[in-house]
Amino acid sequence: MNPDELARLAQQVCERAAGNEQVEVCVSTGRSTTVRAYNGEVESLRSGVTAAIGVRVLDDGRQGFASAGSLDPDVVADTLEAARRNVAFGESDPHQRLAEPDGVEPPGLDLGDPAVLSVPDSHKIAAAIDLERRCLEADPRISGVRVAAWSDGWSQSALASSTGICVQTSTGSCSIGAQPLAADGDETQIGYAGDAARRPDELDVERVVTESTESATGQLGATKPPSEHLTVVLAPSVAAAFIGVVASVLAADSVLKGRSPFADRVGSQIADERLNLVDDPTDPATLGATNFDGEGLAARRNTLISAGVLDGFLHNAYTARRSDTASTGSAVRGTRSVPGVGIHAPVVATGDIANDKLHASISDGVLVRGVSGLHSGVNPTSGDFSVGAWGHRIAGGELAEPFREATIASTLQRMLLGICGIGATAEPLAGGLSMPPLVVADVALSGV
Amino acid sequence: MTQTTPTITADSTAAGPLVDLDIVDATLREALHAGGEWAELFAEDRSSTGVLFDEGRVEEMNSGRDRGVGIRVTAGEVTGYAHTSDMTPEGLADAARTAAAVATRSQEGGKVDMESFRGAGTAELRVEVLPTAVGADRKVALLRAADEAARSSHEAITQVTARYADSRRRILVANSHGICAADDQVRTLLGVSCVASGDGGLQTGRETVGYTVGWELFDDCDPAELAQRAAQRAVTKLAARPAPSGEAPVVIARGGGGVLFHEACGHGLEADLVRKGASVFRDRVGSQVAAEGVTLVDDGTMGPEWGALRIDDEGHPTQRNVLISDGVLSDYMWDWLRSRDDGRSPSGNGRRQSYTHLPMVRMTNTFVTNGDIEPDDIIADTPWGVYVAQLGGGQVNTATGDFVFGMTEAYLIEDGKITEPLREGNLIGNGPQVLVDIDAIGNDFAMGHPGTCGKDGQGVPVGDGQPTLRVRALTVGGTAA
Repeated sequence: MNPDELARLAQQVCERAAGNEQVEVCVSTGRSTTVRAYNGEVESLRSGVTAAIGVRVLDDGRQGFASAGSLDPDVVADTLEAARRNVAFGESDPHQRLAEPDGVEPPGLDLGDPAVLSVPDSHKIAAAIDLERRCLEADPRISGVRVAAWSDGWSQSALASSTGICVQTSTGSCSIGAQPLAADGDETQIGYAGDAARRPDELDVERVVTESTESATGQLGATKPPSEHLTVVLAPSVAAAFIGVVASVLAADSVLKGRSPFADRVGSQIADERLNLVDDPTDPATLGATNFDGEGLAARRNTLISAGVLDGFLHNAYTARRSDTASTGSAVRGTRSVPGVGIHAPVVATGDIANDKLHASISDGVLVRGVSGLHSGVNPTSGDFSVGAWGHRIAGGELAEPFREATIASTLQRMLLGICGIGATAEPLAGGLSMPPLVVADVALSGV
Repeated sequence: MTQTTPTITADSTAAGPLVDLDIVDATLREALHAGGEWAELFAEDRSSTGVLFDEGRVEEMNSGRDRGVGIRVTAGEVTGYAHTSDMTPEGLADAARTAAAVATRSQEGGKVDMESFRGAGTAELRVEVLPTAVGADRKVALLRAADEAARSSHEAITQVTARYADSRRRILVANSHGICAADDQVRTLLGVSCVASGDGGLQTGRETVGYTVGWELFDDCDPAELAQRAAQRAVTKLAARPAPSGEAPVVIARGGGGVLFHEACGHGLEADLVRKGASVFRDRVGSQVAAEGVTLVDDGTMGPEWGALRIDDEGHPTQRNVLISDGVLSDYMWDWLRSRDDGRSPSGNGRRQSYTHLPMVRMTNTFVTNGDIEPDDIIADTPWGVYVAQLGGGQVNTATGDFVFGMTEAYLIEDGKITEPLREGNLIGNGPQVLVDIDAIGNDFAMGHPGTCGKDGQGVPVGDGQPTLRVRALTVGGTAA
């Protein structure tokens, strides 16, 4: 089915809304391929096609949802009926109604570059094998590559609702990723880097090779550091992970349900004045770019933190209605889930210190190049933040020996206020995102 | 509110195989026609129900349905895989040709051994009451009972989320070597998460119960009691002080502490990682890798635990695999591909998230067996340290063995007694070091909470367990000086 046919199908289901029912239908089809290379050969090639439908029915503030992995007519009919059955058990919330068209024009981005559709399998295989070879040749200490992979996907989706919304999207993307192993004597370290883009020629293979192999070799000889409170420099990828956690607690659903430490803080200084954070899904350079949010409203640029002051929260239609404000176009969803609230494409404004000079004024600190356990050691409700960390020590303004098997810990609240430097250059990350490194004072490093 | 004992008895659904065996045969022949050496068809039909109860009301009830097939073809070291939700003979033949396109080494393709297919391909459903046979009103009643119990248990409780989920997953696996097996997997889960508000801000507490069973889960599980435990965890943490920063002796309570072993060495004992040199435990079989007394088992047969399966997703029966025996590494875990290359039999650990995924080596229920020390004696014998009562998830770098896991409820141990509650954080350690640093193993074995293990983007249900035990030194990722 092409996007027009998908949109028609979604509208036809919406037209079956009866009585006071509101019906929202999301349908999608997709295809994807993943190639993994090992020892100079293709290890596996996986491909497939998928189809999905998600139907949301609202009736008198009650919500029911059903989804299925097929667009066969009988499955579509069954899914609508299942959502209707489910709505019977929902309980009324006067704010729970579908999004209404709000007159905001979508950014009109052309995100459906078909270049990814014309890549032959032989090219994908060659790309994965080439990536493995280049990692092996990058440094004599690289002893193998656990994973060298190419993936691509193309999806088409349409969303329609009985409130008059009908939008469609086609998007394609491709990605590469490598996990090289570095060995020195009995010691082995593993690295990782990846990139994703809309077009194959936008993939930065060189960066993936360099970053993945350097992240493996850079950990060789690392030791467990002493425990102390010090200044940390968060490398761009780590800064992005940290900002992702911050964004999650600025989603209005966490705020309204009493699960955000920043509720009631709009207009207050929650971060150092150097920090400016916006969500910008209108920049086509990022894979987070989109014309519409998960409820079919126009995607838009939203300022979250300006000069350290909390400007506002991200909203979907439900949280906006409940807060007596307008949706910020921040509904995020898959075809098979109800819309939540989330950030599309976080952007942190750059600072005024050259990235390579950030550590010059730090007498005792660490550069954190990677973190682990973001899902297990960060509590977005209390704000407690504790993650596994590896990187390099900073001594007397210079990068020093590598460290590993350590944690960095603080709270989100303290870390935001403790930002004491932002790099002048936003460095590229996977998916067209970019992020400057951040310097945060007084973080607990736990090791020996 | 009262609940009557369910009287509905599930039949074996009397349905035939997910895919007619003649079509299975034709599809495998098509897959081998182009020159593949071995071919496999994996069919899956999954249905699920979820109810989310939040802010004192049913916020959402949802249901999902998925059916599809994945075809795998191998030739030497090359694997081709294609998945489709089109389960017509033509759709399957298309997928078979797509999968075979990359795996075409030999001049003449392998043969399909159909003999053992006869009469196979169906599985008996072994639950007492299918969750789908239970009215949604009773699922809602469970959640309401949990919500009310949590809210009334303490005035500091300001928010409660209760979640019910059930799933039924029917699978059929057939391959050209004559394997034809099916399973019918039903899982049911109830979770409660509470927020408590105090002078020091917000704290959270959660409890989850889940088993590979049907609605009979609630014969023994009282949702109100579960909710009260979750609420108590949140309230207790309101008084929590910052956790220590640095190395400390750590006593881990029985049950969910098994996630420590899941991360510290479980992943490192998966043969796919070992083969690629990405495990710190490579070439260590037969060596002392853990303290004496440490016996680690992975057991997919351990019904009704969360990671229990009768067959893995390659059609092999699950089994009890002893990985570490009294401190000595005895074996890794294996899937079909890795065991083929090593000329040995698989261990029933080949699993996949769904029909759209390639199988790989995964854990099932992973646990440490009992020691002989009274758990109270372990605490009394610890002058100062950290007692971890409940763990969150974890993550491991298998190449180095460095792993983290979250402590969601923890206390200080002072003079052999559990004292003040501690704020949340991660612990970090090195797997091989931690295994030899275990210096006390209790006699109070229990399995922990249901978990989802993620590897290379695929999530599968797993269980873990352990008795109370102590690690001589782990790094506690707190903020206290």
